[in-house]
Amino acid sequence: MAISRWLTGLAAGIVAATLGAGTLAAYELTIPFFSYRTGPYAPNGIPVANGWHDYFTLLNERDGGINGVKVNVVECETGYNTKKGVECYEKVKNRGESGALIIQPLSTGITYQLIPKASVDKIPIHSMGYGRTSAANGRVFKWVFNFPATYWSQASALIKYIGDREGGMANLKGKKIYLVYHNSAYGKEPIRTLEALSKKHGFVFKGLPVDHPGQEQKATWLQIRRERPDWVLMWGWGVMNQVAIKEAASIRFPMDRFIGVWWSGSENDVKPAGAAAKGYLSGTFHQPGADFPVHKDILKYVYDRGKAIDPSFRPRVGEVLYNRGLVGAMWAAEAIRKAMEIHGTKKVRGEHVRDGLEALEVDEARLKELGFGGFTVPIKITCANHEGPGLVAVQQWDGKQWKIVSKFYEPDREIVDALIKEDSEKYAKENNITPRDCK
Amino acid sequence: MLFFVEVVISGLTAGVMYALVALGFVLIFKASGVFNFAQGVLALFAGLTLHGLLTGTVPFVHTVNPAWAMPAWLAILTTIAIMILLAIVWERLVLANLVNQEHIILFMATLGLAYVLEGAGDIIWGSDVKVLDLGLPQGASDYFLDTFNLYVEKLELFAAATAGVLVVVLALFFNKTRIGRALRAVADDHQAALSVGISLRTIWVIVWSVAGIVALVAGIMWGAKSGIQFSLSLIALKALPVLILGGFTSIPGAIVGGLIIGVGEKIAEVYMGPYVGGAIENWFAYMLALVFLLFRPQGLFGEKIIERV
Repeated sequence: MAISRWLTGLAAGIVAATLGAGTLAAYELTIPFFSYRTGPYAPNGIPVANGWHDYFTLLNERDGGINGVKVNVVECETGYNTKKGVECYEKVKNRGESGALIIQPLSTGITYQLIPKASVDKIPIHSMGYGRTSAANGRVFKWVFNFPATYWSQASALIKYIGDREGGMANLKGKKIYLVYHNSAYGKEPIRTLEALSKKHGFVFKGLPVDHPGQEQKATWLQIRRERPDWVLMWGWGVMNQVAIKEAASIRFPMDRFIGVWWSGSENDVKPAGAAAKGYLSGTFHQPGADFPVHKDILKYVYDRGKAIDPSFRPRVGEVLYNRGLVGAMWAAEAIRKAMEIHGTKKVRGEHVRDGLEALEVDEARLKELGFGGFTVPIKITCANHEGPGLVAVQQWDGKQWKIVSKFYEPDREIVDALIKEDSEKYAKENNITPRDCK
Repeated sequence: MLFFVEVVISGLTAGVMYALVALGFVLIFKASGVFNFAQGVLALFAGLTLHGLLTGTVPFVHTVNPAWAMPAWLAILTTIAIMILLAIVWERLVLANLVNQEHIILFMATLGLAYVLEGAGDIIWGSDVKVLDLGLPQGASDYFLDTFNLYVEKLELFAAATAGVLVVVLALFFNKTRIGRALRAVADDHQAALSVGISLRTIWVIVWSVAGIVALVAGIMWGAKSGIQFSLSLIALKALPVLILGGFTSIPGAIVGGLIIGVGEKIAEVYMGPYVGGAIENWFAYMLALVFLLFRPQGLFGEKIIERV
């Protein structure tokens, strides 16, 4: 009897202590990040993760968080492995009092696996410029966002850029445009669009897959040397990019006719090729470099205060992939701010942030306020359009740094929207989803 | 025809690159009968260390301090010394405690070594892509391109010459030196070698040191090709079919196996790939090796195992 009284007392004490701790601890916004700081894709995963971390650290240090609520970034290592990514999701989804507010999977393969889970757990996914392209249709994919542009928009924008360089879209007829792609869900994404565009404009399209990780690509580049395409596009990631650029240089393929996707256009990709990479092009949706007010604030509030996740990264602040982490974090923070405004509470949860994402509008004036003036494209997300503007520019490596060398291109809406409609409706049918009415 | 010649040449040169990795496996297997899972990571670790010494990267901090920079020859010698030190530590801490254990136990230890070295490399030198600038020839050979319109990579020609020198040196070491004879004795029969006074532990240190040096050569060649980065550890996967085909115990087998795999996979990718969706060279290499296994289970040059029952 005495023992049972003692045990009851102990249990009551534990419950009281737990409740007390719950009320005492400050409410935090849990924002996970699926990183890969180890393994073959680490060189690309690290800068993105550091950018993401540093932006939220900046908000915590400079502004006391988002609207005064501190952010807790929970990083989970996926190694760019889809299975581990799903494990990460399960690990972080209920973390903290807020639960995971937004998921940035940083992998198309992981995004595909998480799409069905997001609606069940009510956690929005932001696959920023990657993932399932047809998720741009918000009527079907209520919980998934892929702004500011999709792979299909990018493919069509790059073809428009090529058209400009060839002196007009009519001159694409008979030209050979090849795609060297990572043999994965990610690498295969633009194929349908490019096939449709080749029919529309009369160019010859051919895809050449490269197996993971892409360290050996000689056979691919021998075929390119033999068939002499006019342009080569690349959907690569990790070591595949570096080897491809070196191989292209070796076979004397003109670098200014070789265009990578925005995941194939970082400093990591061009530096191993040295001077041979000069002139290489890639897609982008933001500026490179550290000349923006936000970078100055990051150095002042994050690095100078010793709060950076990776202090040795300081000289690399402003690299392309670091900036991509920053811009993704900025949009996530703005969506949370919007969610607080819509729902009139600072204790937001995943479903609130989804509403914030769907009402997100970050125009040039707001970008300037945030220290991102002229850094990226203004966006406006709606219930039906989760892709946003779909604008894509082309940047070029001048041997020392990346520079944007084109205007921002609109995607070919005629082709891309039709494909998005077809694919999303097929998905809706397969998964018994009734598309929302977005009027 | 010219294109076919190009495909064959690129296959041969790629095969040499695979063989450089396979050689390290053969050395360890020859002396101890153990498949060294860590050989690819040894190449990565050696490459990382060499780059760190060359550029003056401060270990654990990863920032570059040019005051530490070394000339290439000194950096290579220092890396060799570090690989030898690693072999000694590895022998003292792990192998010495595993004498007379089953091969599978030793294999598991090499698996552990791979993870430890990969993590250590990351912590000490950082995960970013490192440009290895040793002044090795890069790009297509202008002579072959301009004279014969043949595309041949200068780096791979250099790698082929290096592999040739390496094989000659290793053959001389194994056949003409006392240590080499001792290594072969240990490989033939541990007990008999021990009974005539050969120190198994010394032999292990030597063979792991030599494997470390071979890994450094592979790390330099692959690092010069794509930069030193963590995907280098995966080159071990390219060496496996080479070993299956050439035999786990033969140094010439590693070279010939590498050449056959290299040429086979390139021909398959270029001529068969378009009909089956492409990207077949990885699995084709394994398939080719398995077909050889059907006819010669010990590989082309491996020792035939005859056991009395």
